[in-house]
Amino acid sequence: MADDLNSLRRILSSCRTIAVIGLSAEWHRPSHFAAKYLQQHGYRVIPVNPRYESILGERCFARLEDIDAPVDMVDVFRRSADVLPIAHSAVAIGAKCLWQQLGVVNLEADAIARAAGLESVLDRCVKIEHARHFGGLHWVGVDTGVISSRRRA
Amino acid sequence: MADRRFRPETLAIHAGQIPDAATGARALPIYQTTSFVFDSAEHAASLFNLQTFGNVYSRLSNPTVAALEERVAALEGGRAAVASASGMAAEAMALTTLLQAGDHVAAAGALYGGSVTMLAVNLRKFGIETTFVDATSAEAFAAAIRPTTRAVFAETLGNPSGVVLDIAAVAEVAHAHGVPLVVDNTVPSPFLCNPIALGADLVVHSATKYLAGHGTTLGGIVVESGRFPWDNGKYPGMTDPSPGYHGVRFYETFGDFAFTMRCRMETLRVHGAALAPMSAWQILQGVETLPLRMERHCANALAVATFLRSHPRVRWVNYPGLPEHPQHELMKRQMRGASGLLAFGVEGGVEAGVRFIESARFMSHLVNIGDTRTLISHPASTTHRQLDDAQQLAAGVRPDMVRISVGLEHIDDILWDIDQALAAASA
Repeated sequence: MADDLNSLRRILSSCRTIAVIGLSAEWHRPSHFAAKYLQQHGYRVIPVNPRYESILGERCFARLEDIDAPVDMVDVFRRSADVLPIAHSAVAIGAKCLWQQLGVVNLEADAIARAAGLESVLDRCVKIEHARHFGGLHWVGVDTGVISSRRRA
Repeated sequence: MADRRFRPETLAIHAGQIPDAATGARALPIYQTTSFVFDSAEHAASLFNLQTFGNVYSRLSNPTVAALEERVAALEGGRAAVASASGMAAEAMALTTLLQAGDHVAAAGALYGGSVTMLAVNLRKFGIETTFVDATSAEAFAAAIRPTTRAVFAETLGNPSGVVLDIAAVAEVAHAHGVPLVVDNTVPSPFLCNPIALGADLVVHSATKYLAGHGTTLGGIVVESGRFPWDNGKYPGMTDPSPGYHGVRFYETFGDFAFTMRCRMETLRVHGAALAPMSAWQILQGVETLPLRMERHCANALAVATFLRSHPRVRWVNYPGLPEHPQHELMKRQMRGASGLLAFGVEGGVEAGVRFIESARFMSHLVNIGDTRTLISHPASTTHRQLDDAQQLAAGVRPDMVRISVGLEHIDDILWDIDQALAAASA
């Protein structure tokens, strides 16, 4: 799995369209927080959740395979036990990265993604990592681990 | 490329501050502003809902203060930090975020006098009970824990008692009961001791002391390890919807920096003891030289302790850096050095102690510690005078005790001033 600063930075820079599996329409849920944040930082979010028609102004799809646009990252807000079929689908639709959210850890799914040449991230929040590398987390006192003599991008 | 683990000397200068995005300024700019503009109404709403991170108002966060917060978090090996207007404000912020009426604290007896008063008087007024125990005994902490205990609190190196906390042992006791270990790491500073690596969950500092180091500026900070399992059923404030923040569940939403977010957004926002940007900047000037200063504070203090130990006008010396100190081995296991604080008893008792203090040439009689200047005080008549005799003894304060915060003057001059003051004290 990718877990170092440079890999995470590369993934967050190269992936621009993010399918969010299990995105909630309720504003105070973590998945909603994360997706809204990603939209505000220039990413296209595609909700994947059979329970809704649309979320955050984007059409909602029941399955990854139904999405009618290229997907860079598959971001998973589901229980660890449910990730395996999602990993297969992520490979099938040609995604570049399988990202399992904070608290989601399925090592078999991680192995499948990596074997197919995808980047794989486990047990991290895409919003938190974006904020860590591109500024926001620094404002709330988090140790970002960023040591640099260059201006922030 | 694997991430490099930078050493504390490097973190003390670089962590939390990269060149200013707007101007390229290499040194940290002072953002002397109360407020920050919103890009749009939507941006404002997202900031208030905590859906995006950014600056709103300097009571909550400020870019100059953020540099200090991230730097101290990095030096402590913590996940995140939140600064405050003083060390006492940091302690109050950590404890009032953690605790509510009906909760209990198991605390070390050997604490700074202000901390004893906060626990025994101020928090008690709000229905939070504290049991004070012998800080040298992990068993004493275990025996004090009740079903309602929600925090174990101690100093890593007692001020002025010199008691060294067995951090790993006490953390194990706390964790066995599902409770975080909260430590005050002011006296060692993060350069000499990293309690989080030994099992502590929250670390508080008076940044006024060694972190700043120049005796000009008040400040405090709370650092979170990011490792405590707040969903163990004992901390509903971390897991239930926050009534003060429109239903946000902090632990679920912010994970390993949830405590810091809650400190900032629930407590600091309401209590208002925010650190001023100018103060954060002044403290950071000191932090850059923290490793160099601590090495010299330790060397000077050891030389003073060694000198006093064989001085005919001195009854006793208490410094964990001396081999005969009962916790010397524990100190060496946990810390790079024993810091700059020591205590001794002047031959002739209380009166001789007072004469010693009044006879100093450049050593200053005041109640701060961790200054470049050598500072001396008589705790029984100053910092700990609000405590009764039993509380004073529990806090490690004896009537004849003189406390020295050994500064950075030349060691020969420090020893000269001590020697001439001792001579005057017994004249």
